[in-house]
Amino acid sequence: SPARELTQNPLQKTWEPYDNGLPAGHSAQRGVCMTNCPTLIVMVGLPARGKTYISKKLTRYLNWIGVPTKEFNVGQYRRDLVKKYKSFEFFLPDNEEGLKIRKQCALAALNDVRQYLSEENGHVAVFDATNTTRERRETIYKFCEENGYKTFFVESVCVDPEVIAANIVQVKLGSPDYVDCSNDEATEDFMKRIECYKNSYETLDETLDKDLSYIKIMDVGRSYLVNRVMDHIQSRIVYYLMNIHVTPRSIYLCRHGESELNLKGRIGGDPGLSVRGKEFAKSLAQFINEQNIKDLKVWTSQMKRTIQTAEALGVPYEQWKVLNEIDAGVCEEMTYEEIQENYPLEFALRDQDKYRYRYPKGESYEDLVQRLEPVIMELERQENVLVICHQAVMRCLLAYFLDKPAEQLPYLKCPLHTVLKLTPVAYG
Amino acid sequence: MRFACDLHVARRRGAMSAAPRHGGPPRGRAGVLRGGEKKCSWASYMTNSPTLIVMIGLPARGKTYVSKKLTRYLNWIGVPTKVFNLGVYRREAVKSYKSYDFFRHDNKEAMEIRKRCALVALEDVKAYLLEECGQIAEVKVSSPDYPERNRENVMDDFLKRIECYKVTYQPLDPDAYDKDLSFIKVINVGQRFLVNRVQDYIQSKIVYYLMNIHVQPRTIYLCRHGESEYNLVGKIGGDSGLSPRGKQFAQALKKFIEEQEIVDLKVWTSQLKRTIQTAESLGVTYEQWKILNEIDAGVCEEMTYAEIEAKYPDEFALRDQEKYLYRYPGGESYQDLVQRLEPVIMELERQGNVLVISHQAVMRCLLAYFLDKSADELPYLRCPLHTILKLTPVAYGCKVETITLNVEAVNTHRDKPSLNSNNLPAGQTPVRMRRNSFTPRASADTVKRPRHYSVGSKPLDLLGPFPTLEARDGADRPQLQVGVQRMAGLAV
Repeated sequence: SPARELTQNPLQKTWEPYDNGLPAGHSAQRGVCMTNCPTLIVMVGLPARGKTYISKKLTRYLNWIGVPTKEFNVGQYRRDLVKKYKSFEFFLPDNEEGLKIRKQCALAALNDVRQYLSEENGHVAVFDATNTTRERRETIYKFCEENGYKTFFVESVCVDPEVIAANIVQVKLGSPDYVDCSNDEATEDFMKRIECYKNSYETLDETLDKDLSYIKIMDVGRSYLVNRVMDHIQSRIVYYLMNIHVTPRSIYLCRHGESELNLKGRIGGDPGLSVRGKEFAKSLAQFINEQNIKDLKVWTSQMKRTIQTAEALGVPYEQWKVLNEIDAGVCEEMTYEEIQENYPLEFALRDQDKYRYRYPKGESYEDLVQRLEPVIMELERQENVLVICHQAVMRCLLAYFLDKPAEQLPYLKCPLHTVLKLTPVAYG
Repeated sequence: MRFACDLHVARRRGAMSAAPRHGGPPRGRAGVLRGGEKKCSWASYMTNSPTLIVMIGLPARGKTYVSKKLTRYLNWIGVPTKVFNLGVYRREAVKSYKSYDFFRHDNKEAMEIRKRCALVALEDVKAYLLEECGQIAEVKVSSPDYPERNRENVMDDFLKRIECYKVTYQPLDPDAYDKDLSFIKVINVGQRFLVNRVQDYIQSKIVYYLMNIHVQPRTIYLCRHGESEYNLVGKIGGDSGLSPRGKQFAQALKKFIEEQEIVDLKVWTSQLKRTIQTAESLGVTYEQWKILNEIDAGVCEEMTYAEIEAKYPDEFALRDQEKYLYRYPGGESYQDLVQRLEPVIMELERQGNVLVISHQAVMRCLLAYFLDKSADELPYLRCPLHTILKLTPVAYGCKVETITLNVEAVNTHRDKPSLNSNNLPAGQTPVRMRRNSFTPRASADTVKRPRHYSVGSKPLDLLGPFPTLEARDGADRPQLQVGVQRMAGLAV
């Protein structure tokens, strides 16, 4: 049979085969992560080991790179069922009533997982609970097998009392469970809660669990044990988990100073700074000095306007080509009026789906996210960083940090001459 | 004896030399510097001080395999890396290998020799990292050397050699003795990994790479799209469709693939029409990757080389001078392409049998990775239309088979012109490269990192002799083509 004809999708500018005017199968867009079957990530670990922190962060990352992911916090199910938390006694291993409720919650959560992965087109679900016994993990594993999901365990092991104490202060004291308690009461109760789990805790074992796929994180990332990574998405998850850290730091995002083309209302190009743009650069230098930031790294794109801005700071900076502004293709250096006049269809399409819309011979926000992934990964590795970039780029980075979905990303407000200072706090 | 593999790779940071060599932010690179700028590949931005990777493990655990593969990967992404194989040093010192007795731990004389070899090797490592601008050196602690012996005797001797090591083998101990070292322990050929104290970006990338490679036999097929309409008129770039001969090639490709009877073949294309059209003819599922798109020629897109030379003569000359680093105005360089293609390489490592239908520059970059070609050679590798390169991993490298599908096509190859053919005067300072800008700006830019080959392996000459001026326009050179096909069959 002859090769099928190709038609170009007007929004994304991708070539698709069609039969009788309808898009046909056979070709898939390589998103960043192609998952063949859904994956359930199962968290494992005693309370206050960072499971929820990891769950939320991982979920945020996977969604940002385009893998539909959702987390299911069993503790939340428990809070919905048992309206008022009384004390750690709920978690005692011999509390029949407690055990029954907790199992019920786990099963309810798994049911929602099934709905998300099998009916709602989710690709990855994160099951956030202690899952400290082999028996519980068996149950979950069987559930996955029955439904055709892959299982990947993420265990967090930590014995450092300081880390645990810090976790409790950061996220437990403010929990709805302890809304009526003093800090001391809450801490005492929570420590007893942890004790309830300790006796039955069965850590992932090199021999007993050798056929499972998992990563064991020791001491907040000092070392890792990785077993049987099965596919691309698991490999990406492992890479991500190995690059994140919890050292306090701040990330500063801003755009270049106002450029000559900004003044004319033209997009793209590689212009230099306007007079006001240069003033901004000087103010930025002053601001950075006042902030007194320890070991600040400065990153720019490879476009003149960000480099000029960085030059005013008088400190070493690194240029990343991948931080360049979105490529507007044939619309480069045009004003929006000119675009509307010359390419009315394009102009309309862009407003329809700004995230996926790709300029002819240019890029889309979706392309930008893929291009920026190494930046995000390196931002995770680093500590204090100032990123001087561009409007579309900054929107993508901001969406990652603030967990904004694709629909909102292209409309995030990133005005010129404004610095956004991001500091990780609790789960966000 | 199969696979009780306990291969360990450890890293010692700054043990050789932590002091910056020339002061100032760029790390002691030769070439024109500009205040505040870092040079070289973005990957090597991330290494602050030289790194020594120390391989650990009993014989026959895959250390050399990993050393060479890792070295090849790091050099490709632009981090100068070299392997120092202790076995080679030992063979220099002890002219002929007699038997496993040499490796007995109570053989005092041999121990002395081996220790001295290690020290000499370390001296060379130091010289490489300090003086030759190397960033990563790998030290191998053993290698086989049984040139033509009877197979059973060889096995017997080798097993006894392993036993010699076992007596004194102390694997890395993450819980106590070695808990402050940075290392990765690879267990059972990659089934399990123990990773300890990863310190920086490069270590993190190395761990990621090691976790993605595998040793299952498989084949990678690389080819370009069929001849395109633009190919016919000599225009570069753009997004044209296949010419009639290009469509013929697509059909021939389909037949070839069917004949190969490949198990579970994955097919990848770019998002440009010509590769997709080629894949469509195969009648199988394929994946489109935007990052497999051809190099972006910026303002030169959809021009012929003659038009470019007429309209942008300086650009044209610059490109011939430094084809790897040269970035088209508003476009990309080969170096940019390598960075862009890194996720493709990583995924190729993970996969089994794959056919990648791409473009000339892209295919050169991928080929350079598999065949360990330097940045100098990469932009001149021969990747003609309607030709498939079949790559099979073999021992420590890759076997290449060139398959021409006997469908005529234009030749799109341009050899490097001889140096005298430019207008630039001799003694010109290092080439001034272009930033991503539309208006010409002279700015000192990236400096090409010197390539180093592993001690003991010779560079493979895939290019043939340098052409003279007449070949500049890409005219056919049949004898060169034949040479390439012949040489392409050599294993690395």
